Amino acid sequence: MLDLRQYTCLGAALRDAIERWPNETCLIEADRDREKQRLTFSDFKDLAIPRVRALQDVDLKPGDRAAIIMTNQSKWLVSAYAIFYAGGVLVPLDYKLTAAEHIQLLLHSKAKYLVVEYYLWRAIMQHPQFGNLKFRTVLVTEAPAGSELAGAFRWEEFRRKGDPEFVNRQKQDAACIVYSSGTGGRPKGCVLTHENYLEQCIALTAWYPFWPGVRYLSILPTNHAIDFMVGFIGPFVCGACVVHLRTLRPEYVRDAFSRYKITYVSLVPMVLKNLERGLKAKFDELSKAKRFLLERAIAINKLLTRKRPRVALSRKLLPQVHAAFGGELQALITGGAFMEPSTMQFFYDLGIPVVNGYGLTEGGTALTLNDLKPFRADTVGKPLPGVELRILNPDAEGIGEVAARSKTVMSHYLDDPELTAQTIVDGWLLTGDLGRFDGDHHLQLFGRKKNMIVTEGGKNIYPEDVENAFDGLAVKEYCIFAANYVWPSKSLGREMLVLVLRLENNQEFNQELRNDLNARNRSLPDFKRVGGYVIWDKDFPRTASMKIKRTELAEEVRNRLQRSAVVGL
Amino acid sequence: MPSLTCHRLGNAHYDTMRTQEQTLDEILNLAATHFKVPREKLTPHDDFFKTLGIDSLQALDLLTRLEHHFNVELPDYELQGVSDFSTLASRIQSRL
Repeated sequence: MLDLRQYTCLGAALRDAIERWPNETCLIEADRDREKQRLTFSDFKDLAIPRVRALQDVDLKPGDRAAIIMTNQSKWLVSAYAIFYAGGVLVPLDYKLTAAEHIQLLLHSKAKYLVVEYYLWRAIMQHPQFGNLKFRTVLVTEAPAGSELAGAFRWEEFRRKGDPEFVNRQKQDAACIVYSSGTGGRPKGCVLTHENYLEQCIALTAWYPFWPGVRYLSILPTNHAIDFMVGFIGPFVCGACVVHLRTLRPEYVRDAFSRYKITYVSLVPMVLKNLERGLKAKFDELSKAKRFLLERAIAINKLLTRKRPRVALSRKLLPQVHAAFGGELQALITGGAFMEPSTMQFFYDLGIPVVNGYGLTEGGTALTLNDLKPFRADTVGKPLPGVELRILNPDAEGIGEVAARSKTVMSHYLDDPELTAQTIVDGWLLTGDLGRFDGDHHLQLFGRKKNMIVTEGGKNIYPEDVENAFDGLAVKEYCIFAANYVWPSKSLGREMLVLVLRLENNQEFNQELRNDLNARNRSLPDFKRVGGYVIWDKDFPRTASMKIKRTELAEEVRNRLQRSAVVGL
Repeated sequence: MPSLTCHRLGNAHYDTMRTQEQTLDEILNLAATHFKVPREKLTPHDDFFKTLGIDSLQALDLLTRLEHHFNVELPDYELQGVSDFSTLASRIQSRL
């Protein structure tokens, strides 16, 4: 791989990688079982450079912000590279958000440029708030012929001849503004510097190197910190290849492993569990004799891989299982959400290591990772090189808030010095997660100090961001909490949002109110929905400016109601 | 007179254009069979995540089965923000 210590910015590292491995395949894009595109680094450059020139011709200046909203595909990475080459700051947004949420974050980020997929742009154009957006240039991908684009350019036609100027950035300059959450409520735009990314890449590849020939299957959205690093920057600076799928249907994801002989993939727990379900169903279909042989092979594999993974040996012991994953898989990487140990153990016993890690956008990509020496299903691994972790105010069991200090920790929250000061204290990032170290310096997580949940799909959900959906609800007042925040639990299971309802005097919780709650809940994306409610019989404590004192209210609810009082919605 | 359109339904063939009601009814039947839920428990405005007890990946799996059934291709984004059978039926109907 390139020696990243010699670079001050991502653009320069990517540029040199492209020059170093011109004939290696860097991107494969497939839609279902149809391969749509295969690019070498040289092809990638040919797509990107005319677009850098075009961006500079429409006045993209160093430091200008450019947003991308697209599903995982080659145009995402080409556009991102073009933005970095010209010295721009990338604002990667989650394509799964609604048009209203996209508009809110685009306004918050003050992005002057936007690269967006047609179906998303269509939804943004149709939104009543569309008129508030002020862009210099919008590029729309895959727009059908004759479609109305409200002045946007077609990405495919947006290219100019001539050499663009490469703009070098300094380590402390912003590379990306990544929204860790905050749609609907208080946007949290994490400003990550070039140094943050370069250091993270050095640390990750020290433990899990890429090399030419490695194929990384990119399933997590590329705007997500993990995929941006291990599905773009990491493979590119090592001459490796990224495989994009235009669909996340489980059968096509399974098929991609064998079709493209995938080496690494990052998965959220939901996908890993789905793969586990699929494998178990296949095992259940085996005859008694074959099942017996399989279980014997698994038992032998477990014995031989107790101290460390031996993937080559496992492939020989369990050839059919490994063939289903393409026969080249080195490890499944999980992160961004918390994984059930039984699922990780299931795969490890089959000879497929699961590398569990822990991180948050504010800390870069990952703070800890399992080094598989040996495999541990009950921890999120050890601090990566260059990451210092400590446990603040540990209780008698050694459990306290995890704080991190590292060159990978973000610079600040965009336009929010108050929140930044609360989050980064004396150089330490307060994660809001509760954990402790075991005797082998592995970090174990036990819950959350902060009022938020992480879904099985890896989404951070802050209750405040969901409350807008209940505006105008016919009750006196309401508030949403993470259940584990109200009723602290030293476990990360059963995460859900709970609505605390204060009814008007003499008001009853009737069917009409229930129907309204259900309808509003359904209007939210499935991962943001409230799981249940409790009826509260006192006015909420409020500040002088009438804001709800959430901490105080949570404490009152905790003291008077059990978690079992929550009624499911 | 409108021409008759032929839609493949498993091994059988439909020889007339479906109405949205028919499309919806077939979706409900297919969901009930696939996820082993009594058909009478499913109604058009049900939140299918909740009624079927499925996550978003299983919903994508349902979309694949619907593609095969209706012989259309539905991009994943057609399911984005959709959680009830009725809206799903209208998305499919527009592609038939």
